[in-house]
Amino acid sequence: MTQTHLELSGVGIDFPTPKGPFTALNNVNLKVRDGEFVSLIGHSGCGKSTVLNIVAGLHKASRGGVLLNGKEVDEPGPERAVVFQNHSLLPWLTAWENVELAVKRVFGKTKSRAELKDWIAHNLELVHMGHAMHKRPGEISGGMKQRVGIARALAMQPSVLLLDEPFGALDALTRAHLQDSLMEIQAQLGTTVIMITHDVDEAVLLSDRIVMMTNGPSATVGQILDVDLERPRNRLALADDVHYNHLRSEVLTFLYEKQRKIEPISARATATTQAKKKTEVA
Amino acid sequence: MTAQTSTHPWRKLKLNLSHRLADFNPVQWLTSLLLPVTGIVVFLMLWHVGAGQINTSLGTFPGPVDVVEQSQSLWQGHVAEREKETAFYQRQEERNAARMADDPSYSPTIHSYPGKATFIDQIFTSLVTVLAGFLVSSVIAIPCGIIIGLSRSTYQAVNPIIQIFKPVSPLAWLPLVTMVVSAVYVSDDPMFEKSFITSLFTVTLCSLWPTLINTAVGVANIDRDLLNVSKVLRLPTFTHIRKIVIPSAIPMMFTGLRVSLGIAWMVLIAAEMLAQNPGLGKFVWDEFQNGSSNSLGRIMVAVLAIGLIGYALDRIMLMLQQAVSWDKTSEQR
Repeated sequence: MTQTHLELSGVGIDFPTPKGPFTALNNVNLKVRDGEFVSLIGHSGCGKSTVLNIVAGLHKASRGGVLLNGKEVDEPGPERAVVFQNHSLLPWLTAWENVELAVKRVFGKTKSRAELKDWIAHNLELVHMGHAMHKRPGEISGGMKQRVGIARALAMQPSVLLLDEPFGALDALTRAHLQDSLMEIQAQLGTTVIMITHDVDEAVLLSDRIVMMTNGPSATVGQILDVDLERPRNRLALADDVHYNHLRSEVLTFLYEKQRKIEPISARATATTQAKKKTEVA
Repeated sequence: MTAQTSTHPWRKLKLNLSHRLADFNPVQWLTSLLLPVTGIVVFLMLWHVGAGQINTSLGTFPGPVDVVEQSQSLWQGHVAEREKETAFYQRQEERNAARMADDPSYSPTIHSYPGKATFIDQIFTSLVTVLAGFLVSSVIAIPCGIIIGLSRSTYQAVNPIIQIFKPVSPLAWLPLVTMVVSAVYVSDDPMFEKSFITSLFTVTLCSLWPTLINTAVGVANIDRDLLNVSKVLRLPTFTHIRKIVIPSAIPMMFTGLRVSLGIAWMVLIAAEMLAQNPGLGKFVWDEFQNGSSNSLGRIMVAVLAIGLIGYALDRIMLMLQQAVSWDKTSEQR
């Protein structure tokens, strides 16, 4: 458990722009243990998703690198399964077929036909989608789609499960439901998870550690908070828990005092002063 | 189990019907029926009155009544011709049988009927030609569209060529195609008529572009998330194309195919007229040259037939699209 499973060392990335390279991330360092649940939180545009995409192999780091089980990550692969914000299921396939595509790709050569079938069914049951296995994404709700997306990712038996704001597009009740499911599954399987979120409650409730990111450009890890709450966690019991609320307020303090997003406000301020000047000239 | 499955579609149909009955709104139904009928009636009246005002050297412009008369006479002509044809073959058979009875070593030759193609035959020829041309253009355009759509650099390289050839009229291609076909397609026992090949390639050259462009655009605009899924799964190129690219692009592809088929049908009529290739276009041209008092009415029948067939082809494509595509919301225009 204490061994480093995934390591980001000195990760930085530059994006080319017409005005020259834009440094989105700089010197991001993070060690994740096996079976740990880590959340990345920060203001929108700070580069959380970019970090996740680098771990997934969808983006290439300009500096530094990512090690998974001691091997460098340089391209996408099923051992780092991703659940995207917008479910990203293939709309022309049923839930079953969507999971099947992934399962066949990963285990097609090692498992028998019957084993594959059982494995697909098992993963869909795990996310409580057993009743709607043969429905297409267009026929099920947003929460159900995201469940299937999670089933597809879990079915690849990933070393790390990467969740990119998985519940961001869902309503509050569905989100709470899925968070509980995710906690349950993670406790059962012991999967290592990295989750991007901008929901403070979600981060505190689900994580073992919360990685708070500074604002870009050159965003990096600002602070890491250990969430030492007992598991299994119950959202109702925790709502009145002093320690839970303390942790929550720490994240809030980081986000709204230390890393307050000031650019938009200052931009608006300059815009108004310019407008004033214009009226004065007129 | 079998009984259950056999009743299943019935139950579905019943359910469907009862739903429809529940949704049935007499007023809406009546207006949705009445408005098109009114449109047609008003059109027929205007046509009837207007046609009577136009005098040509071949008599007045054909009105709806002439068209009905001429379509009946064309149908009767077709039936009569068929009867003559069967009679011709029967006579031949009888004659050959008689000669075989006289002389057992005689091997009979069967002469084909020399009669002229009727209106119905011409429709049939045109349909076969347009479908063949459309098939060839689809077989070329869909794979090329996929390749162009997959790679931005190929797209940029090929785009100017597509844009230049897209607006070319079939009439400009026709002489070139005719010359090339007569030079290249030389065989003692040709499988197809040269005129058929010429029409086919003219149709292909003109109907290629909408399918090509739409397929390329459909492929180039696949959802980024789906591409990322494919990357995470490390799908091999061929599986990637089969499982992700083609299904994604199908709605756009069909939009292109429908436009292509419409163009193919228009182009074919023009090509047949100009090149005297058998088909509806030739029928129109022959009637025009014939210049009898019935000619204009017959041309008008052909015009309506061309329109109806074009409409039917489009509806068939739409039905095919709805059957094949996962996106059931595709527009029904």
